[in-house]
Amino acid sequence: MTETNASGRRVVIELQDVRRDFRVGGEVVHALRGVSFKIYEGEFVTIMGTSGSGKSTLLNQLGCLDTPTSGEYILDGTAVRTMSKNQRARLRNRKIGFVFQNYNLLPKTTAVENVELPLMYNGKYDASQRRQAAINALNSVGLGDRLDHKSNQMSGGQMQRVAIARALVNDPAVILADEATVNLDTRTSFEMLVLFQKLHSEGRTIIFVTHNPEIAQYSSRNIMLRDGKIREDVVNPSPLSAAEALAALPKPQDD
Amino acid sequence: MNFINLFKVALRAIASNKFRSFLSMLGIIIGVAAVIIMMAIGQGSKESVRANIAQMGTNMLTVRPGADQRGGVRLDPSEMQTLKPEDYDDIMANKRFVSYVSPEVVASGQVIYGANNTSTTMYGESLDYFDIKMWDVSQGESFTEEDIRKNAKVCVVGTTIVKELFGDDAQSCIGKTIRFKSIPFRIVGVLKSKGYNNWGMDQDNVLIAPYTTVMKRLLAQTYFRTINCSAITEELTDEAIEELTTILRTTHKLKESDDDNFTIRSQQEMMETMSSTMDTITVILVVAAAFSLLVAGIGIMNIMLVSVTERTKEIGLRMSVGARGIDICNQFLIESVLISLTGGVLGVVVGWLGTLLCVQFGFPTSIPLWSIFVSFAVCTAIGVGFGYIPASKAANLDPIEAIRYE
Repeated sequence: MTETNASGRRVVIELQDVRRDFRVGGEVVHALRGVSFKIYEGEFVTIMGTSGSGKSTLLNQLGCLDTPTSGEYILDGTAVRTMSKNQRARLRNRKIGFVFQNYNLLPKTTAVENVELPLMYNGKYDASQRRQAAINALNSVGLGDRLDHKSNQMSGGQMQRVAIARALVNDPAVILADEATVNLDTRTSFEMLVLFQKLHSEGRTIIFVTHNPEIAQYSSRNIMLRDGKIREDVVNPSPLSAAEALAALPKPQDD
Repeated sequence: MNFINLFKVALRAIASNKFRSFLSMLGIIIGVAAVIIMMAIGQGSKESVRANIAQMGTNMLTVRPGADQRGGVRLDPSEMQTLKPEDYDDIMANKRFVSYVSPEVVASGQVIYGANNTSTTMYGESLDYFDIKMWDVSQGESFTEEDIRKNAKVCVVGTTIVKELFGDDAQSCIGKTIRFKSIPFRIVGVLKSKGYNNWGMDQDNVLIAPYTTVMKRLLAQTYFRTINCSAITEELTDEAIEELTTILRTTHKLKESDDDNFTIRSQQEMMETMSSTMDTITVILVVAAAFSLLVAGIGIMNIMLVSVTERTKEIGLRMSVGARGIDICNQFLIESVLISLTGGVLGVVVGWLGTLLCVQFGFPTSIPLWSIFVSFAVCTAIGVGFGYIPASKAANLDPIEAIRYE
């Protein structure tokens, strides 16, 4: 099933003329008007667009939360359009890691338990495997020393790291980040970008949906959406280093 | 998600809203406690009624004239004269399953001693009566076979009569002569006190005299009102009834096609009638209490709906990371079952304490064991039944909207 391109990389995501229509009152709104692209394993893709450009709709499609009205979406070799709700839930559980803009951690729950959550819905893991996987994921986002901190005892940056660890824990085919830095200050935003670049360098496939053009400079490819169509799809041969940008930032007063 | 994890999630959700969870449990606690107390009172009363009736002799049989028709008119049993001394003789001659037999005639009137008088009932009986009723003479003697033969004007009296006629001088009543309907009777004995029966009748306000005396000297009648009998044992009641029926039909020369012109009732029948009356009352009480359980269930549904709305975002998150509708549904169902079952356990405890309190206030109580099992079953049913609507509402949320819900 898996297709490779000329350089031998595996296709993780393939969209073939995906359309999504909504019926609002008596009118049909075309949120996506035929979107096609392929994303290869190990790419760090930013999807940009203004509000109303269809990027949220596209994100829901990519995240298997919604299905196309027409066209086909193939995730890691599996066609999604005809899948049932439960099949898509399972697919999300195994192949997708979500990072939301509001972190969406469970309240009054420790970092480890939050990260364990996706594995709770995967019968292959027992309690100790689950905990070990969660600890590994938290270590890889640099929170190995805060395993049992509760979500309300953490800063925004820490919460977002927990959320990223949660997205990593099931070893997904693709990480979907939805405006993952929008609620963070500049410094913490760069810290997150450093983390995403690190994950990218480790070979993860990342799709980062944002309205902030600056972030595109740090990704390996940028897709621009407008009015439900792809306006621009450019590969960035030399992404900036977020670590350097972070170092160049003025140090906070009370460091 | 497996059951243990669902259970943990539900426990955490309940623990994070302790007061609210307790309030919704409270309805169940009150409902279950009410049901248990009502059942305990119902059962306790039934047992006490049965015990009272058993005290009167469970193997007692009563033969009454009745079911007699003259020209198609069914007569009042008291006007019927079908039970004759010959019937008594035949029963005495042929009985096998019947141990004691006492013909009965009854007269009501004033009994007088000196300046005192009281209204009472005189029962004309044979000696077997004291065995049938398991009634002993506490003071003096009972009358004798000879008294019966001679139509002797002697009687044994109940304690109420003694109190009314002799006041404080109760000890001296033996040998005294009292007048009943102008006829003098010599007191030979005082009956043991029996107190009031279940219908509130004073069982000690009686005079008991030889049936021959009452028939011939007092009433001048040749028939009995009743024949009291007792089966040899309680188990042989049915055989005894059959035997009496055969004897009486023969004596009364009834043809195959004729109806019985008498009726035989057993004390057991009476007990069953009383028991079923008590059962009806219990059912009414329990149904009333069960309504509070229904209201409690609605309370749980309400709180679960609030809980689902509050946790819309959590539901959205769980769905995004792979929870299926059924996982979410189970999570909320277990939560509501947990609330109602915990309420049920506490309700049983409160009900048990309440029952102890009822005993203090003098209600006869007895908690039937099955009522506890029924309570748990009902609580689980309430948890699932009233939890289902909120749970399925949660399960049918759209993850896209749920995750962005504010």
